[in-house]
Amino acid sequence: MAETILMRNFGWPQSHTLAVYREHGGYRAWDKARAMEAAALVDEVKKSNLRGLGGAGFPTGTKWSFIPKNHTGPVYLVVNADEGEPGTFKDRYLLERDPHALIEGMLIAARAIRSVLGFIYVRGEYVEPWQRLSAAVREAYDAGYLGQGFDIVVHRGAGAYICGEETGLISSLEGKKGWPKVKPPFPAIKGAFAQPTIVNNVETLCCVPPIIERGAAWFAGLGTKTQGGTRMYSVSGRVQRPGVYEAPVSVTLRQLIYEHAGGVSATGRLKGVVPGGGSAAILTADEIDVTMDVDGLKAAGSMIGSAGVVVMDESASIPEALMVLARFYAHESCGQCTPCRESTGWIYKMVHRIVEGHGRKDDLDTILDVARRGAGTTICAFYDGAVGPYISYIEKFRPEFEALIRK
Amino acid sequence: MPKVTIDGKEIEVEAGTNLIEAARRLGIEIPHYCYHPGLSIAGVCRLCMVDIEKTPRPTIACNTQAADGMVVHTQSDRVIETRKSIMEFHLVNHPLDCPVCDQAGECWLQIYYMKHGLYDPRMVDEKVHKPKAVPLGPNVILDAERCILCSRCVRFCDEITKTGELGIFHRGDHSELGLFPGADLENKYAGNVVDICPVGALTDRDFRFQVRVWYLDTAKSICPGCARGCNIEIHVNRRRPHHAEGRRLARLKPRFNADVNKWWMCDEGRYGYKFVDDPDRLTVPWRREGEAVAELTWDEAVAATADALGRAAPDGVGIIASPKLANEDLFAVRRLVRRLGVTRVGFRVPPAAPGYEDDFLIRADKNPNTRGAELIGLDGDVAAILADAGTRRLSCLVVFGHDLFDSAWSESRVAEALRGPATVIFVGSNGNRTSAAAHYVLPAATWAERDGTFTNFQGRVQRFRTAMEPLAGTLPEWDIVGRLLSAVGDPPAATRPVHWFRDLADAVPAFAGLTYQTIGDTGAMIADRAHDTGAPTADRAREAPA
Repeated sequence: MAETILMRNFGWPQSHTLAVYREHGGYRAWDKARAMEAAALVDEVKKSNLRGLGGAGFPTGTKWSFIPKNHTGPVYLVVNADEGEPGTFKDRYLLERDPHALIEGMLIAARAIRSVLGFIYVRGEYVEPWQRLSAAVREAYDAGYLGQGFDIVVHRGAGAYICGEETGLISSLEGKKGWPKVKPPFPAIKGAFAQPTIVNNVETLCCVPPIIERGAAWFAGLGTKTQGGTRMYSVSGRVQRPGVYEAPVSVTLRQLIYEHAGGVSATGRLKGVVPGGGSAAILTADEIDVTMDVDGLKAAGSMIGSAGVVVMDESASIPEALMVLARFYAHESCGQCTPCRESTGWIYKMVHRIVEGHGRKDDLDTILDVARRGAGTTICAFYDGAVGPYISYIEKFRPEFEALIRK
Repeated sequence: MPKVTIDGKEIEVEAGTNLIEAARRLGIEIPHYCYHPGLSIAGVCRLCMVDIEKTPRPTIACNTQAADGMVVHTQSDRVIETRKSIMEFHLVNHPLDCPVCDQAGECWLQIYYMKHGLYDPRMVDEKVHKPKAVPLGPNVILDAERCILCSRCVRFCDEITKTGELGIFHRGDHSELGLFPGADLENKYAGNVVDICPVGALTDRDFRFQVRVWYLDTAKSICPGCARGCNIEIHVNRRRPHHAEGRRLARLKPRFNADVNKWWMCDEGRYGYKFVDDPDRLTVPWRREGEAVAELTWDEAVAATADALGRAAPDGVGIIASPKLANEDLFAVRRLVRRLGVTRVGFRVPPAAPGYEDDFLIRADKNPNTRGAELIGLDGDVAAILADAGTRRLSCLVVFGHDLFDSAWSESRVAEALRGPATVIFVGSNGNRTSAAAHYVLPAATWAERDGTFTNFQGRVQRFRTAMEPLAGTLPEWDIVGRLLSAVGDPPAATRPVHWFRDLADAVPAFAGLTYQTIGDTGAMIADRAHDTGAPTADRAREAPA
């Protein structure tokens, strides 16, 4: 198995403590970064081909470079630790087992974007991760890593999925209802508290210290031409060994399921896989020879998203799976803009009716049409995320839905 | 300034202008619900989608500023389809209760469905149910099922009144407009949320169920409630007199004026019209002798009151004009004053309590035409007139409209003043304790029943127009005073307010050069108006939207 980078410390007892982190080379990257200019740090991360690991896969160095150069007010660094994508639990591992890696990543990122204040927005349900993280932040203050030009505020969310959307997160952080903001302006220009803001995922920032320590070329070389490094795949569902697996982004879905997770459990026959969290289009058993990087899955008509891999075997009901997801989207739609607010509920009602045996002949086409009509019309990506499953589950498993309707 | 091309037409607009406003100037309507030019951009209704060349998919026009060289299409197939989809989403959970909805006939769901929807309905499931007929405050009631969550009302209370009573609660299709705990929608401008609500979610408790809007006639007018002179529309129910128990004036609505009130008006003004159809309206001239009241014809009343005025010595006549009178009326009063040689004239009756004032629209001076009365030259010592009346130095006292008992003066002082003169003449629209004490009462039309102009505190002369016929038996004050003038020997007076105004403009320098035409719908400044070039501004180019 290839070298682990993000999970390198997970095996040590007390890996979440400063002492253990430092014992294994922690904060060395920060020492190196302190001697580097901000522009050099941005450049290094650009060259590493690091892409956001929260979902959108945007090149991290490029995002950092959007901060206006002539801005005189504060710049904020916000960490998205509101891990809520169905099937995703990798940030939880990082927060619980290696919180100092995040703090070190933040220190370097803050230097790169000239930020003096960072916020970590932690999913409300993540109680233990929050406790571990808070303890680590205190340790970092005591050790003088924090409070010397950069401060961190840990903020807990209250349970809404939409607060993981970066501008919804910012609204929530500002004390408002977690409604995404209309763009432009983008957060790098006008974000939290109307100041330039960079929002990065936990795992993304945890990649930064190794990049600085070992060099952009090394990191880039671990991945594909367009995406560097390794990432953590949350594998769940009908596999022999569910869990979090770190692998280079060039790993295939087949390798993840059969090599890392030990193959399909229960019936043993693979039916479908969600490759990148609930909002990614489903892949059939024939479509798993795909590399698990941003562009590989894009080419396959799905998305890597948060790399939450949900495996379904022949015993799973695709219509029921869609119903569960549709209920999730109807429940979690923030309700701010019309297409998402109205159609997530409507589509759930239709899917629910089908599963209950009251489907109508036109329902499937109506769902597909409603989903396509709403796609791309909303403030944020939430609805486009919902459309992924709506369309792919029905298109790829239509006979299964039709069988329920004919009954 | 950026130049954009919209549907093949080029226009140059100020930097910062969004595409809805740029298109509006070209006469192109981009449909929208949440956008309002007086409020911040919400971008939530998603209806104002347009195609911008070199952008991959339709974009909301409200949040897109016109940029140089931008090429915009509002009628591409893709935009038309998108609008249709958005309309369907807006109506998925709408109760479609138009037959019992007060907004029907002026509802932007109806209008845009006909223009941009016209899809075959596909929603067959149970709709989401939400609270209905929820009073939000004294003047506004909510039907949450009809609400499209455009957030205009929320933004109004956050940004204009800064009172923040409203919020949108819950999530997804259970999102619901409501009051924050402990709050009541009782700010002084709350009625505006009904105006800006594009659908039937917020309706006016004063107006609802009185008359269907398609029976209403409208007239452009000016609010008479304070010195601001908010531009308004008067809506009149002429066609269904059996509805609303015969009340003719159905409601007042603000009318956009960039320089006076923007899109808004206060609730005090909005609901302050009740006197027009009040049972206490005076509808016949009368003479009172002791307890005996005799109705008179207008000819008899004019002859008798002119006689009393003519018989009195000039220094035995006191005239208390009113800052609620129009410029035309006040000019007629001035002519009467000069004709009779009267020296005791004034108009300022101190209010019983100081008027409420804020830094937005509401003025402490609750009279629409104090500035006009000053400019026309009727300012005099009213307290002295009252004193002279009380000490019987006046033989004839004329009071226009005021209830002198409802003032800062003591009851006994007013009662004494009204007992003093041999003849007390009251000219006004509604009965009060002063009219009850008068010897002659000449019933006047209200502002809603006639044409005229007021001069607001800024010196802006603004026209109000006849919304309905004067109540039978009443006359506008200019006409009443004009008849008195003729009766005391003046040449025949003007018989239309436009002519009175022409005479006023000829005689009073402040009004020089003004005509009804130049005043137009949005008013014109008095002669000292060098600071106002009348040049178009961004605000002026806008019109009140949906």
